[in-house]
Amino acid sequence: MGLTSQSTGMGILVNELKIQLTTPDDKVIALAGNPNVGKSTVFNSLTGLNQHTGNWPGKTVSNAQGKYRHKDKNFIMVDIPGTYSLMANSVEEQVARDFICFGQPDTTVVVTDATCLERNLNLVLQTMEITDKVVVCVNLIDEAKRKKISIDYNKLSEMLGVPVIPTAARNNKGLMELMDAVYDVTHGIITNTPIKITYDNTLEDAINMVQEAIPEKIQNKISSRWVALKLLDGDSTLLESLNKYLGFNILDDAKLLESLKAAKAYLSQNGIETEQFRDRVVSKLVTVAEEISKKTVTFESKQYNNLDRKLDRLLTSKTFGIPIMLILLAAILWLTIVGANFPSEILSNFLFWIEDRLSDFFLWLNTPEWLHSLLVTGVYRTVAWVVSVMLPPMAIFFPLFTLLEDLGYLPRIAFNLDNFFKKACAHGKQALTMCMVKPIMYFFKKGQGVLPCPLKSLSLYKIQKRFRLLFQMRTDFFHLKLSLTVNVLPGVGYGDSGYIHNLHIQKANERNQMVLCNSRSCHTERNSAYCGGFARKNLRLIIANRARQPVNKVFQNT
Amino acid sequence: MDKKYISLNTLPLGERAVVKSLTSNGITRRRMLDLGLVSGTVVEALQKSPSGDPTAYHIRGAVIALRSEEASKILVEIN
Repeated sequence: MGLTSQSTGMGILVNELKIQLTTPDDKVIALAGNPNVGKSTVFNSLTGLNQHTGNWPGKTVSNAQGKYRHKDKNFIMVDIPGTYSLMANSVEEQVARDFICFGQPDTTVVVTDATCLERNLNLVLQTMEITDKVVVCVNLIDEAKRKKISIDYNKLSEMLGVPVIPTAARNNKGLMELMDAVYDVTHGIITNTPIKITYDNTLEDAINMVQEAIPEKIQNKISSRWVALKLLDGDSTLLESLNKYLGFNILDDAKLLESLKAAKAYLSQNGIETEQFRDRVVSKLVTVAEEISKKTVTFESKQYNNLDRKLDRLLTSKTFGIPIMLILLAAILWLTIVGANFPSEILSNFLFWIEDRLSDFFLWLNTPEWLHSLLVTGVYRTVAWVVSVMLPPMAIFFPLFTLLEDLGYLPRIAFNLDNFFKKACAHGKQALTMCMVKPIMYFFKKGQGVLPCPLKSLSLYKIQKRFRLLFQMRTDFFHLKLSLTVNVLPGVGYGDSGYIHNLHIQKANERNQMVLCNSRSCHTERNSAYCGGFARKNLRLIIANRARQPVNKVFQNT
Repeated sequence: MDKKYISLNTLPLGERAVVKSLTSNGITRRRMLDLGLVSGTVVEALQKSPSGDPTAYHIRGAVIALRSEEASKILVEIN
């Protein structure tokens, strides 16, 4: 039952990096990209998996893996967490970076958003510093077309020195070409000549000093220039991962250590300390991205986002912002709570009608009372109850929530509410789960008492992948649901229920840890309004404490 | 020509300005850089949230919300 640091924390993420090949010929493809560019859609379209896609950051916490076949070869696609950068400012970025560097993918596909390509190029450039085998997938071209943005893909490909494939994954456009390009790059049919980013002279000198000293055995494994860059940058998380990957401490090499010291001294002589070093590196990447974007992207109409802006002004205005939000949320709540009653009743009538028939059947079979009670009044009734109570609200709530997501209203809610959440050391993004889920949970708890249990019990089965949202919601209601599991499960009355409880709690703890990483990404997200360091630490602390609480103790508390 | 630096949170809505320097450190600074807020970037203040904070800015093709505590650590120059 022990919760080790392996079963919580980074351990989960790292463990999921392991990839099993079915044949030695299988190629591993990493799918990287900024959050919200339709990475999961690309992934699903290619692999046919139905991973839940959603419009919030950090959805893909761990790696989802899927397989596809193209030209008689197997490709294993790994959907890594969405990040804006590989500078490892958050767990996601670290996972993404570690996978690209050390997971040894045969090709890395960087998915980008055609509507803000410049911003996305930053990650492309950073990825290309690590590996040559890159394919850039410019997704959401349909959206870009709507916004009257045109992109010269040939020129972009020429400038970057890697294949650039425009896609609209939602409509399955361009995926064939993408698979072709991945095939070609993976099998060496196309040799990439990625653009080399040259920093200013001082930086280049320092990089060269370190690069020359990097031992040969490392040079075959990863780009030595990149390692030099990161050593100078003083990225400790990278050093950790690198040492783990190599199996020895790279800084044990006296020659390297000396050169590194010399290079750092040289930099500081020229007035460049670690902080400025990173500033310059990032600035350079941003300017290169800007240059490329200027030459390849044209905005046909300057006011392409006029309508969006007007809508935004209304939805987040001082007078109407909050009322509109309240009305919308109340409407959804009402639909979910009240609207679910009707299908719920029909469903429960039907299922309990079946229960009567089952009872008749058992009576007819002349089975002993205990068997009937175990199977029919125990297992069947609980399942029937759970399904009839649970299914309708889910079937109503999720489509509605998805609709809000697709309309892009959720970030606006976060924007509207951030200030209030800040007061509680949280951030606006948590509003999404709080405002929507808490009232629903509350009402159901009051009304029927059993509702949230199925969330947990079903979660042990297949819906895990489909309903990632549920897990995200669960962070907020961990205790509530825990108590309900404990209350309801004995009703099922089979096996060593204590064991089942513990399993639930352990799973829940593990999941929460994952969700926690998720929340981290929200903080350190593009809307960095939400990167409240304090809140992040707090959240971690709380969850960590919960996870460490002995299982039995948790029971007593609930 | 009267040119002076102000912090981004005091930039009036609807105005554009050019980023001059960041005064934050550590993770916040990196995050700002990752957002593309390097020196020379044009930023436009779009609107405030109903409670006055955070404020939405147009930065390199995306609308980004920054809390005033973060925006105050970005020095900009109005042309």
